[in-house]
Amino acid sequence: MREEIIVSGRMNKGVDPILHAWGWEIALYLFLGGLAAGLIIYTAFYAITKKENKYFTATKVTPIFASIFLILGLSALFIDLHHKLYFWQLYTNINLRSPMSWGAWTLLIVTPLIMIYSVLNFKELFPKVNFTKYKLLKLIISPIDSDTINWQWKYSLIRKFELFLQKNIRILLWVLLILGIILGIYTGILLSAFNARPLWNTSVLGVLFLTSGLSTAAAFIMLLSKNKEEIKWFSKIDLIMIAIELFLIIHMFMGFLASTKVQIEAANLFLGGQYTVVFWVFVVFIGLILPAILEIMELKGKHINHKISAILVLFGGLLLRFIIIYAGQNSRYLY
Amino acid sequence: MRYAMAIDTLKCVGCSDCVVACQTENNVPIGYCRDWIVEVTDGTYPNLTLENRSERCCHCTNAPCVRCCPTGASHKTEEGVVLVTHSDCIGCAACITSCPYDARYTHPEGYVDKCTFCYHRLADGLLPACVSVCPTKCLYFGDLDNPESKISEVLKNRKWKLLIPEAGTEPKLYFLI
Amino acid sequence: MQRREFLKISSLGIGGLALSGTLLYEFFNSANDETDGELHRFPTYCEICFWQCAGWTHLDKDKKIWKIIGNEDDPHSNGRLCPRGTGGIGSYYDKDRLKKPLIRINDRGKQSFREASWEEAFDLIAKKMKDISSKYGPESMALFHHGSGGKYFTNLIKAFGSDNIAKPSFAQCMGPREVAYAATFGTGLSSPEPLDIRDTKCLVLIGSHLGENMHNAQVQEMSDAIDKGASIITVDPRFSTAASKSKFWLPIKPATDIALLLSWINVLITNEWYDKEFVELNCEGFDQLKQHVQSFTPEWAFGITTIEPDVIVKTAKTMHDASPAVIIHPGRHTTWYGDDTQRLRAVAILNALLGSWGKRGGFFIPDKASLPHHHLPAYPKPAWTWKDTVDGKYNLVDLGLANIMVDASIPKKSGDNSKVIKGWFVVGTNLINTLPNTTHTLKAIQNLDLLVAIDTMPMEITGWADVILPECTYLERYDSIRVNQNREANIALRMPATKPLYDTKPAWWMARELGLKLGLKEYFPFKTQEEELDWELTQIGSSLKEMKKIGVKKIPTPDHYLYIAKGETIEFNTNSGKIELYSSAIDEEGFPAMPVYTKHPEPEDGFYRLIYGRAPMHTFSRTANNPNLTDLMDENTVWINPKIANLWDLKENQYIKLKNQDGIVSTFSIKVRITERIRIDSVYMVHGFGHADKKLTQAYGRGASDTEMITNVLIDPIMGGTGMRGNFVTFITETV
Repeated sequence: MREEIIVSGRMNKGVDPILHAWGWEIALYLFLGGLAAGLIIYTAFYAITKKENKYFTATKVTPIFASIFLILGLSALFIDLHHKLYFWQLYTNINLRSPMSWGAWTLLIVTPLIMIYSVLNFKELFPKVNFTKYKLLKLIISPIDSDTINWQWKYSLIRKFELFLQKNIRILLWVLLILGIILGIYTGILLSAFNARPLWNTSVLGVLFLTSGLSTAAAFIMLLSKNKEEIKWFSKIDLIMIAIELFLIIHMFMGFLASTKVQIEAANLFLGGQYTVVFWVFVVFIGLILPAILEIMELKGKHINHKISAILVLFGGLLLRFIIIYAGQNSRYLY
Repeated sequence: MRYAMAIDTLKCVGCSDCVVACQTENNVPIGYCRDWIVEVTDGTYPNLTLENRSERCCHCTNAPCVRCCPTGASHKTEEGVVLVTHSDCIGCAACITSCPYDARYTHPEGYVDKCTFCYHRLADGLLPACVSVCPTKCLYFGDLDNPESKISEVLKNRKWKLLIPEAGTEPKLYFLI
Repeated sequence: MQRREFLKISSLGIGGLALSGTLLYEFFNSANDETDGELHRFPTYCEICFWQCAGWTHLDKDKKIWKIIGNEDDPHSNGRLCPRGTGGIGSYYDKDRLKKPLIRINDRGKQSFREASWEEAFDLIAKKMKDISSKYGPESMALFHHGSGGKYFTNLIKAFGSDNIAKPSFAQCMGPREVAYAATFGTGLSSPEPLDIRDTKCLVLIGSHLGENMHNAQVQEMSDAIDKGASIITVDPRFSTAASKSKFWLPIKPATDIALLLSWINVLITNEWYDKEFVELNCEGFDQLKQHVQSFTPEWAFGITTIEPDVIVKTAKTMHDASPAVIIHPGRHTTWYGDDTQRLRAVAILNALLGSWGKRGGFFIPDKASLPHHHLPAYPKPAWTWKDTVDGKYNLVDLGLANIMVDASIPKKSGDNSKVIKGWFVVGTNLINTLPNTTHTLKAIQNLDLLVAIDTMPMEITGWADVILPECTYLERYDSIRVNQNREANIALRMPATKPLYDTKPAWWMARELGLKLGLKEYFPFKTQEEELDWELTQIGSSLKEMKKIGVKKIPTPDHYLYIAKGETIEFNTNSGKIELYSSAIDEEGFPAMPVYTKHPEPEDGFYRLIYGRAPMHTFSRTANNPNLTDLMDENTVWINPKIANLWDLKENQYIKLKNQDGIVSTFSIKVRITERIRIDSVYMVHGFGHADKKLTQAYGRGASDTEMITNVLIDPIMGGTGMRGNFVTFITETV
């Protein structure tokens, strides 16, 4: 019998008996970050390709939600920090080898940009403002006499800035598209950069999370949109993403099983180990296969509420992040 | 200059003096530690072998914790000692998850803490607390670049192994076997 | 910012510095310089165990106790304390410490006390002592002690008129060894044992798990010996840490050690592998021994010990090859099966045959320091002592037997209570966990008129006391000068590094104040301890001032020799003046003059022999609440062989209770450790856990107490020691 024990020491909180350095905060952050990244990518892409009318929700409405998700995600990240008062140290340094570092910088830039882009659409989204009801709005906007839009920004500086942005909107959209893709990949690569956790130490994870981000973003658009064409189109995108995800998951496990002992052990957490049921039943079947079946049936004309499959996809995406975060910390080299 | 440590598993009795000496020297709060003792038994009674190992941060040449640190709080000195600057650390735990040896932990004050090879003592010409206290003198510390140093000598004359070399971090904790 | 500072330091400092011992030494010395007129470190010697290593208590910049570091000049520690010494600061910071004098307000053992002033506590004790003295005589006061404070209470009790004084470290620990070596070599070994381990070529550990017991200098020297390629032979039913470092591990069947030892003697004599010249010059009774061991062949021993005959021969040859640089370790805790004096006699005989006495790499001749004491008036002569209660037994013993004093505290059925003990002082020893057979100890306590406990910590024994006097820890007080033997005679000072926390006092002060109350002023001539220490130190040409600076002073005896020359005859303090292979003293007492093997009972089906031992991070039950040391190990486990675990369907880390052969069930549960390191017929646990005193918030209910399981006590007929290894346990797995 081989017996390996820690005689003394190493009872550090959060490290032993199993690592739990990261909890729900990081899982939620990765989910929201991936979702927001997907939304930004769709927004920028269809705005650049001038399909705003066809995909109105995806280009005009979801930027607002992307902004909210990013703020929520960043809040979760902030809650997770143990030395909170020092968070600004993130921005005294750029370490390109640390995904955490360039992720933080990406977020620093993309969050205000998508917020600005959301606001640019306000005149179109909310053309008429009831000034008698929302008195406080007078602080930033003032009424004008017009048939289509009854308000304008109160300060000329903002009005000038708005004009400037509208003139350069394509540059803004390109920047958003690139940052959106970086953000999406970042949420995946963040984990695969940690080769100390055999489960995370696979490049498949980065693509898997990016795909999952695009899939959940598509599902979210389906949830919000009232346009049948738009829903149908994003339903098709979602189907493709789900197919890719399923392929990547199989690919990932094949990679693990063909790798070192620690990675085989990591894969075994899902193949008979403690995460088997929750992963294969809830993430793979309920979160991927079931919504795919429902979407196919709907595309074939069956009357099924598309909101069901959208919610299932979102649920699956969230659960995927949670499971990977927790299971990853359960996989280690020693002891 | 490259500082390293060698642990003679043939002499270590696992008494844990290194653990408590580190805790008192560095004011590590009760319930936390920067070094620890592992005991491995192999075989079937009465054909047995036993290995005692005093373990700590490996001050890896290719340190994943330094690579993953977003703020640069985790850094390496020119002598190859991996340190955390408390006031630069945001407590994101990226370094903790990146360490294959699980040598880091979050200090109750929020920053991440770990073995420093007693860097503050080195400047005074003292050995790390664990080395200076070890009753079996099974810990060797010194400069790998100096062929005259005790550590260079034991590594030349003795068989040794590294922990998890396959993680590719090039650890600088050598276990004499 | 901080990083830049680090870099600056490194570029200026570290680059050029060689980490040599000289520099370390210089640093330590310079650190003792007085800055702002105050010391930054204070000399002490450790009180966590009996080894008493000298060191320095360091304060941090806020003048709080920071760390304790060994004193480089100290031959006990060589500048390296053991984990317990390093963790000694925990005894100071322990929140559960005794904080005020306490007086019991309810039945004994109910743990209800009220706080009292020192004055009131002393008045009460003095009154009760006088009552006992007038009713039964002053001899009815007894003292049990362990550690430094005991010395002052010894003075008090002797001045009061009693000589009933015992340390449990004798009859519960090293007594058989001391008697056996006195019978063989004319002297006990005392502490630290004069073993030249660092230069030995062969170290035989039989009854010592060196490394798990942290007898500091010995562990250090064992490591040196490993470096030098010495052969270590370990005899242990358990795969001890030392066994794993050994060239030979002899996994002996428990309780058969004497058979192996006799067989080794047989092999040495038969093959003429003993040191003929040494034996001829210095030993008495060789022919009788040769005759005696003739039948104890390796084959005979194999049947008893399960050690293969060729291994017995091979190990004997290894000892012979190393001779005289060979040590059969005399062990320390030697009270096992009741025939312990005889077992240790066999060990002593082996050492004699190999000629290792007074040899480099064997036993050196210790240099003993002595410190003159201030002249005190003669103590009154007691009318009786514990020895008068045992009908002429144990004549070879001149130290108190704690267990016999406990027996003498229980009124006799005959009604003759002329020699009954009615009052106890218990200083620094937790008798409840130290003496086997707890119920017996408690019965004695219930018959007392007075029980005073002096300790730093609440312990089971303090819970039964009438008056508890809180002692300050060793880091907060002066104590007597340490004058233990070693290669070079030396003395060490302990001084306070800080003022005592809470309302705690040193034992010196307590004993003196009580002495004044009892009208024994002339036995306490000094007003302060500093005066007394300075007076004593001045007698040998030092001073308190000097010792405060250096901590340890070597005072080698002129002409002292460590080793005896080859071919030299020396006088031994035995009846014959020679090393007695055949002990005339033991013979005179009516016991076999040479060791014999007797079979001991074996466990019944479903029971396992209880083997207990020590962990390097703890000292008996004393440190189980120390925050720094419990951080290293906070409970004991019961070691069970995988085959037995399988049989009982036990899982790793499962909690179970133990039940012994007398039906005693452990109060607390103990965690299962499934390990190949233990035999299938035995279980092992570390002594000192399973504390039942709730005032010990760290230690209460953690692990199980082996003492509780030791109800079958095997008394050594020669010296009265309490053999504790004849107990068997079984498992209770259902959670109740």
